[in-house]
Parts: sequence; structure tokens; C-alpha cells
Amino acid sequence: MSCVVEIRDLSFTYPDGHKALDHITLDLAHGEKVALVGPNGAGKSTLLLHLNGILPRQTGEIRVSGLDVSGKNLGRVRALVGLVFQSPDDQLFSPTVFDDVAYGPIYQGLPAEEVRQRVQEALERVKMSEYSSRVSHHLSVGEKKRIAIATVLSMKPAVLVLDEPTAGLDPRARRTLIELLRELPITMIVASHDLPMVRELLPRTVVMDQGRIVADGPTATILSDPDLLARHGLEQ
Amino acid sequence: MLYSPAPMHIPDGFLSIPVAIILWILSIALIAIAFRRVSSDLGEREVPVMGVLAAAIFAGQMLNFSVTGGTSGHLLGAALATILLGPWASILVLTCVVGIQALIFQDGGLVVLGANIFNMAIVGSFVAYAVVRLFQRLSGGRRWGIIGGSFAAGWASIFIAALACALELALSGTSPANIAVPAMGGIHALIGIGEGLITLGAVTLVLAARPDLLKSGQEHARATVWVWVTGGLITLVLAVLSPLASSHPDGLEWVAEQAGFLEKAREPGLSIIPDYTFPGISNEAVATILAGIVGSLLVLAVALLVAYSRRRKST
Amino acid sequence: MHANFLDPYQEGTSPVHRLDARIKLILVIAFILTSALTPAGAWPIFTLLLSLVLSAELLSDLGIVFFMKRALLALPFVLAALPLLVTVDGVVLLALPLGLSITQQGLERFISISLRSWISVQAAVLLASTTTFPEILHAMRALGLPRLMVAIIGLMWRYLFVMVDEVLRMLRARTARSGESEFSGHRAGGTIFWRSQVAGGMAGSLFLRSLERSDRIYHAMLARGYDGEIRSLPQPGLRPVDWLVLFIVLLLLLSLLVLSRILWG
Repeated sequence: MSCVVEIRDLSFTYPDGHKALDHITLDLAHGEKVALVGPNGAGKSTLLLHLNGILPRQTGEIRVSGLDVSGKNLGRVRALVGLVFQSPDDQLFSPTVFDDVAYGPIYQGLPAEEVRQRVQEALERVKMSEYSSRVSHHLSVGEKKRIAIATVLSMKPAVLVLDEPTAGLDPRARRTLIELLRELPITMIVASHDLPMVRELLPRTVVMDQGRIVADGPTATILSDPDLLARHGLEQ
Repeated sequence: MLYSPAPMHIPDGFLSIPVAIILWILSIALIAIAFRRVSSDLGEREVPVMGVLAAAIFAGQMLNFSVTGGTSGHLLGAALATILLGPWASILVLTCVVGIQALIFQDGGLVVLGANIFNMAIVGSFVAYAVVRLFQRLSGGRRWGIIGGSFAAGWASIFIAALACALELALSGTSPANIAVPAMGGIHALIGIGEGLITLGAVTLVLAARPDLLKSGQEHARATVWVWVTGGLITLVLAVLSPLASSHPDGLEWVAEQAGFLEKAREPGLSIIPDYTFPGISNEAVATILAGIVGSLLVLAVALLVAYSRRRKST
Repeated sequence: MHANFLDPYQEGTSPVHRLDARIKLILVIAFILTSALTPAGAWPIFTLLLSLVLSAELLSDLGIVFFMKRALLALPFVLAALPLLVTVDGVVLLALPLGLSITQQGLERFISISLRSWISVQAAVLLASTTTFPEILHAMRALGLPRLMVAIIGLMWRYLFVMVDEVLRMLRARTARSGESEFSGHRAGGTIFWRSQVAGGMAGSLFLRSLERSDRIYHAMLARGYDGEIRSLPQPGLRPVDWLVLFIVLLLLLSLLVLSRILWG
């Protein structure tokens, strides 16, 4: 079992009849860092929401660390998949940074000492240790983003899933975040429109359009194919 | 429905018209006062602030936490709005929420909307305010007063509003007081704990992030002494009256009957032909059958009309 | 993941959709009042009222099933009237254990209350599903609701969906992190108190963000010349057919009411 994420033939149709995913097949090996690019409405977010079963699978198969994403495995899978949403405000709902980062470990029922230790580790990873007692509401967007990543790192996930991590960041905050992600020794899948970041950070790129995977390969190859990019609205 | 936290939205048909009208009058009067107060506090900012916060309270009612065995705690929001905005703004915000729930989502009736506004917006806010002020006085403004006060205000706003609801049902002759009061009171004494806990969590967050808001909420509220006196009185009266009513259901029944008599007293105006029976419909069963036939014919006629016009359109 | 599913309005061009919203609002309220004032046990009148609302539902082209589903909403509250079955004195129909008995009068009152609420809910569903919200707002203003109130409700409706989306995203973010430990010894979920504080934290953040949003909205309103005065264009007049429908249905309701009061009052 060398793959962290295995997706076979996954399709999904929203209740209003909109087909968001159309026979998606995708594997992620351990330690791989993959970009998911494509125009708005291509189905990227829908795919990400399937990874920990927030959207219920309709047809096809998804496995995370060998576990089928459904039913009684959902609890385990949610701890294994660290999903960071686009808007950090949605992710930070507790009074202090500590409370937010501790949410996952506390929910898992870990003992208090281990919760504290995990929070500390996660905050160190995103270089925000001294923010532990701060109030999330007052942080800058870049700081909130890093805390949001810490809130899932504290669960020790097997794969980190990020939706538009650089959206809305100023150049310096964006730079900090890219360096931070580069240093994280963890499998990750990143949905983004930020192609320069993709080129710099993620060796493999998957292009989605209209619910389908239309290209999958080394980032350097894909991003140097102007026809492909233009066809899917991704001109640089 | 997603947003219906507690069985406290009375549907149409469950309150007698006199009860519904009296509560409409009370509600309208208090909403008018609330408008004057809030306008002088907020000025032109009133519309955006009240509108957005009403939307937030509506959406906030979807927030839940699982309690046990598939049940979950919800937020109604009267206490939270009162603590953060003061009682008058809270009344306006919740009036909008309860009104939209009735008009658009059929959560609660239209003719009884006055009663639902009275219970959830007015009683809820006044009671919460009285409780919060009480805790403030007792604690001398210390932190435990805010924490304890927000839990107690959340709980009391739900519990007392439920008692008001039960008494209205009893007064309308819909539900006997000795059953409605303990049942509604009992259920909502439990539901109120959830409300109190969420209110507490929300106030804790605001206290951490924007303590200035809580302070200003307390300041501009100081001028309205009679609000918390009234709130305290409502709390006391309902808390005393309800057990009394439920142990002496006959008393309330008597009031209900008086209301019934009042209604009957007006009736001679209507019954011009009191003992006259229409020929052929002297008997109630015949009348029912006749009504059934007329009704079915009406529905059938409309159905045929619709089908006919559709066919015309498609050809 | 948008909250549009909340809007109960259903597109359509039926006569019910086209009827002026002011007339619809008046008629629905008059209808509910009539059913509330109809005495218990006046079955023929209830039957006629039911057929009236059913006819309007048919005319609306949305299908009876749609209305039946929505009308179930008021059902749980019927529980509150259930005790009437055994507490009203009268002719015993069915003796139950514990010395209780269902009486004819009790049954009559219970069924009447359930019927009233059932047909009233249908009328309200009819209004909400065939009238767009802006039309309802206009109708409220035309019927004398204070402008300020209407303006607040209008703004509330606009941001309702934004807020509900925000709540759904927060709940989703919470679900995404609600996982179980790999060691089976730990019970997932935390304490009830902790869970309630998390939900409370969400409510608090929602409140703070709304307050900040209302500031931004206020500034945007000022930037476009808002001065605290609510202005609106005059409303178009009523068509003759609107007046006709208003007149006929009101007359019908009034005669049903008078009849019910005479025969069953």
C-alpha cells in the first residue's frame, strides 16, 4: 500500500443536477506534493470535500491510507485528512489560537498533556508559537492562514489538503506561506489558481475542467504547454 | 427544519382570536418603543446594523452541538442579542427573525405572529436583560457576573418564554394548563441549558476579542431601568403564575370561558336568524356531505381548468 | 454549497403567481382569520375552506404533493393539543386505562384545531412559494408596515444567504476536524460542555463578523447617498382583475364565516 489517497472512478452530481465530478481517478503516493488546477467550477473544491467524506460519495471509490472513506471509517479518515478551507475565518471559531489548534486533538479524546504538546508542535511548525494565547479575531489574513494550517497539523494527518492557500495574501505573507509549505514533510494536495506558486512548490500537477481530469503529469511539462493551459482558461 | 431549534413557534389555529389580538397589540406597542430607542441610539446606522444582525441571528440558529443520542443543542439568540446589543435592539432583531420565519418558512403562524413575537422577541429579551442586570449587580461587574449571567440569561429567556407560550395555549383552550405548563416548561428547562451554554460560549469569545462591545452594551442600557424591572416582573409573574395555573387548571379554564363568553356576547349581531335552519341542511351530516360535494366540485373544476389551459398552451 | 435552497419561492407563471402580492397577502391573512374564527365542529365550513386552498394550489401549477410536504411542518405542534382528547368533558367515545377517556367533544376540538392549523399552513406556503420576496416586501410597505421595518427586513433577506453560507462553511470546517484517534482507547467527541463552547464560539465569531460587515455596508450606503431616509418608487396600481379577485374571495370568506357562526356558533 504505497498510496496515501486512492480515488477510482469517482462521480458526483449535486442535487440541482449539476455534475461536479465525472469519473475521477487519481492516486497520491506518500510524500507527494500535488497541485490541482483548473477554472472556477471545475470541481476542485468538490473533489477536496470528498477526501474526508464531507460530501458523501455517490459512485466510485475513495481510500485514504487504505481506509474506505465512508460509514464507520469517517471518524478515522477525518483525523487522517487535514483539510484547510479557503477562508481561515471559517476554520477559526474559538476564542484563542490555542483553543482552535487544540480542537482536533480534544475531539479525538487525547489526554490533556498530549493535547498541549501537539498544539505546541503544530504552532512551531507554522512558526507561530508565541501566538498561542492570542485572539484569532485580531490576526492578519496571513497569520490566520498559518494558524488554520496548524489546526490540522495538530491532528497529525497523513495528507494535508489545502484549498487556495495563497488567496488574499500580500506578497510577503504569500512568500512566508510558500516557504512554510515547502518545509512540511507531508503528503499534500493543493487546489490553486496561483500558478507561480505551483511551479515553485509542487512537482506534480493535475488539471481539472468540467468535472474531469484533463491532464496529469510533472508540473514543468504541464505549465510549459500553452495550448493546454489556454484550453482550460489557465493562461499565465 | 434546519433552523427550528425548539417547539416554540405556535402555528395558526392554536390560539384563540382574542388571545392573538391582545398579544399583537402588546407586541406592536413595544416594537414601537423599541424603534424609538434604537433610532436615537444608532441613528442612520440602524438599518444596516439591525438588518445584518437579524440575518446573523437567523443563521446562528443553525449552529448546533450534539448532546446525546442524536439530539442537539441550538441557539435561539434572544439572550445573546440582548447581552451584546441591549434589550431594545434585541427586540427589533428578533422580531425580524420571527417574522421572516413565519412569513417565508411557515415556522409559526401569521395571525398568531404577534404572540410568537411576544414570547420569543419581547419576553425573551426582557427576561434576559433582567437576569444579566441582576448578575451584574451581584458580582459588582466582575468576570463571573458576565459568565454566569450569560448562561442564566440564556436559560431563563427560553424557560420563561416557554411558560408564556404554555399559558397562551391554555388561555386559548387549546391545551389544558396542568399539562401544557409542566410539559412546555420541562422540555424547555432542558433546551434552555443548551441555549445558556451556547450563549456563554459566544459571550466568552466576544469578551476575548472585543471586550469593548460588552461594555458599551452595558452603558447605553443603564438608562432603561424600567426595562429590567419589567423583565424581572415578567419573570416573577410567569414563574409564579404558571405553577399556580397548572395546579388550578380550573381557574384558567374559567378565564378562557370568560373570553369565550365575550366572544359569544358579541354574537347576536351575527346570528340574525338564530334558530332558523336552511331547508335541507337542517341536519349536520347532510350539510357536511353537501359541503364535501361542493368542495370536490370546486377543486375538480379548477383542476379541469388548469388541464384545459395547459393543453391550449401546448398546442 | 449555497444556501439558495432556503428560498421557498418556486418559479411560475400561473394565475396565482401573477396575482398582485398585496392582494395575496391580504387574502391569505383573511383566510387564516376565517379558519381561526370558524367554530369547532363546523365540518362543512372546514371542508369548503380546504377545497378553496386546494383549488388555489392546483391553480398555482406547483402540484398538490409539494404543498402537502411543506404543510407537514406544523404537525409536531399538534402534540400540544393532544391532551384535549381526554380532558374535555362530554360523551365518552373510548375508555382508556388510568381512568382516562376520549370524549366526543374533546375529539371534535382536537380535530378542529389540527384542521385549522393544517389549512392555515397551506395558505401560508402558497403565499411564500408563489410570491418573490421583493414582492412581499412591497406588499408589506403597501399595507402600512413602517418603512424602517421594511428596510431592515429587506437588508436582512439580502444578507440571510450570505450568513447561512458562512454558518454552513463553519460547520463544515468543524466536521472536517472532528476525527477519531488511531488509538482505540480514546473516546472521540470531548465533553458536552466543550462542544457547546465550540458552538458558542462560532456564534460569537458570526456576531462579530456581522457587526463588522454592517459597518462596511453602512459605508457603502453612505457612499451612494444614503441619509437615513428610506425612499422607494411608487408602486403600480392594481389591475381590475386583482380587485375582482380580492372582492370575490373576501365576500366568499365572509359568507362562510357568517354561515359557520349562525349554524355552529
